[in-house]
Amino acid sequence: MSEVNELYQQLILEHNKSPRNFKKIENATHDADGYNPLCGDHYHVWLKLEGDRIADIGFQGNGCAISKSSASMMTTAVKGTTIQEAKEMFEKFHSVIMTKIGDEIPEEKVEELGSLGALVGVREFPARIKCASLAWHTLNAALNNSQKSVSTEN
Amino acid sequence: MTTLEKEIAFDVSTVRKDFPILSSSVHGKPLVYLDNAATTQKPQIVLDTLIKYYTEQNSNIHRGVHHLSEVATFEYEKARGKVKNLLNAADGKEIVFTKGTTDGINLVAHSYGRKFVTTGDEVIISAMEHHSNIVPWQLLCEERGAKLNVIPMSDEGELLMNEFEKMLTPKTKIVSVVYVSNSLGTINPIKKIIDLAHANGTPVLIDGAQSVAHMKVDVRALDCDFFVFSGHKIFGPTGIGALYGKSEWLEKMIPYQGGGDMIRSVTFEKTTFNDLPFKFEAGTPNIAGGIGLGAAIDYVQKIGFEAIGEYEHELLEYGSDILQSVHGLRIIGTAKEKASVISFVMENAHPHDIGTILDREGIAIRTGHHCTQPVMLRFGIPATARASLSLYNTKEEIDALVCGIEKVKEIFG
Repeated sequence: MSEVNELYQQLILEHNKSPRNFKKIENATHDADGYNPLCGDHYHVWLKLEGDRIADIGFQGNGCAISKSSASMMTTAVKGTTIQEAKEMFEKFHSVIMTKIGDEIPEEKVEELGSLGALVGVREFPARIKCASLAWHTLNAALNNSQKSVSTEN
Repeated sequence: MTTLEKEIAFDVSTVRKDFPILSSSVHGKPLVYLDNAATTQKPQIVLDTLIKYYTEQNSNIHRGVHHLSEVATFEYEKARGKVKNLLNAADGKEIVFTKGTTDGINLVAHSYGRKFVTTGDEVIISAMEHHSNIVPWQLLCEERGAKLNVIPMSDEGELLMNEFEKMLTPKTKIVSVVYVSNSLGTINPIKKIIDLAHANGTPVLIDGAQSVAHMKVDVRALDCDFFVFSGHKIFGPTGIGALYGKSEWLEKMIPYQGGGDMIRSVTFEKTTFNDLPFKFEAGTPNIAGGIGLGAAIDYVQKIGFEAIGEYEHELLEYGSDILQSVHGLRIIGTAKEKASVISFVMENAHPHDIGTILDREGIAIRTGHHCTQPVMLRFGIPATARASLSLYNTKEEIDALVCGIEKVKEIFG
């Protein structure tokens, strides 16, 4: 399989075509804007937290297939998880896609990612790694805002 | 000239041999370089000139009495003369070396703007400007309490000239417009813009970044007050460009930056400034860049703008026709007068994905907003894919682009 075909796997193309949770969450408790000024990819992520659990998540916006499918897969991956679990997942995902070209990625690391592992091919395309991580950074920003406001109140 | 004679006069395969990078490979495929609006490749003669400068002539200019300084000064000033000839300026003192187009516009926004634009005044730009011809004027207008007016454009990407006429008032202090749009390819009717502005007593700056490698410019025939361009868009090095300014304006304008070379005498009480163009050239300039730009100008002029224009127009027509026939592809920017820039969007594929897939085929195009976000907004699109052609491109390369686009369609449907 060529690198291009590995990048644009069926799962990614499918999420791009029919993104999951592509909606604004009414009564969201947290939200953030994610923008890549270099290429214009632009998403908004909404969260509804119940305690430390992500009860609902949605996103809207537009950008390339990589950024959109990554955002879509992210929402399915973190819906129902705790904040801590979501952050750990981001770290795992980030470390996999940031692995240097040519360096081996242990299979179990990809397996841990579940369907997110479909995006592993992006590491062969350094210019596109930011596309894959944009939604995750946006999620992180939304979550951090909450923690900031919580800590300020404390 | 007969067709055969023209073919002999302009043989693209000979031209390609002058550019060493064009025979390289990318991802195992022959490089197809279609990103010339971003920057052009460099012919061997420019590379040789840079090597020669640094191996045989390197020295600081305008101040040494030693041999090398004299040689470097001579070569640098000779290059200024070449820029003067390229633009058909009346005098070398009207040619100010800059870092590039952005630097040239900032210079005028500062040195003209801060002298002549005051509260309540107006500045006119157009809807298809590059950010570099928007932001300096915005900064000026904010600082001075002036108003920035924007000439609107049609769905084809042509400026609405009647709207422009209505905008001109006694308050209009400068008009700054692009000659050729980098994202749409539109060639603007700058002569008409200049004439209308002058009838209103308003000077005009022409952003020539995208025109300079493609068409003959005669600043005296155009009667523009300022003309700016970048060396790297005309096969020269990066970090060098030039500003043409009518001497009557340059004389009246305030300096841009202070420093060495731009002064006549300095005491702690008072500094007097150097003559044109040195008043606007503070500090040690990009000497090698200037000399390299001179070599690039020689190269282009040897081929001739008539041959270049004709060949590129042929490529543009070929490319536009063939791309238009691709199902699901839409060309953005369909003005009657166009330079060799083809911006497009595809129904199911985002420009970045198009760019990545083409890159793996060895094809370099630009994707994104091309530093013209207001243009994207005007057309209701986030980005475009842009193929921009130059004198060394071929119909075969356009065919390769179309093959690459078919790959995009295979993946994205």
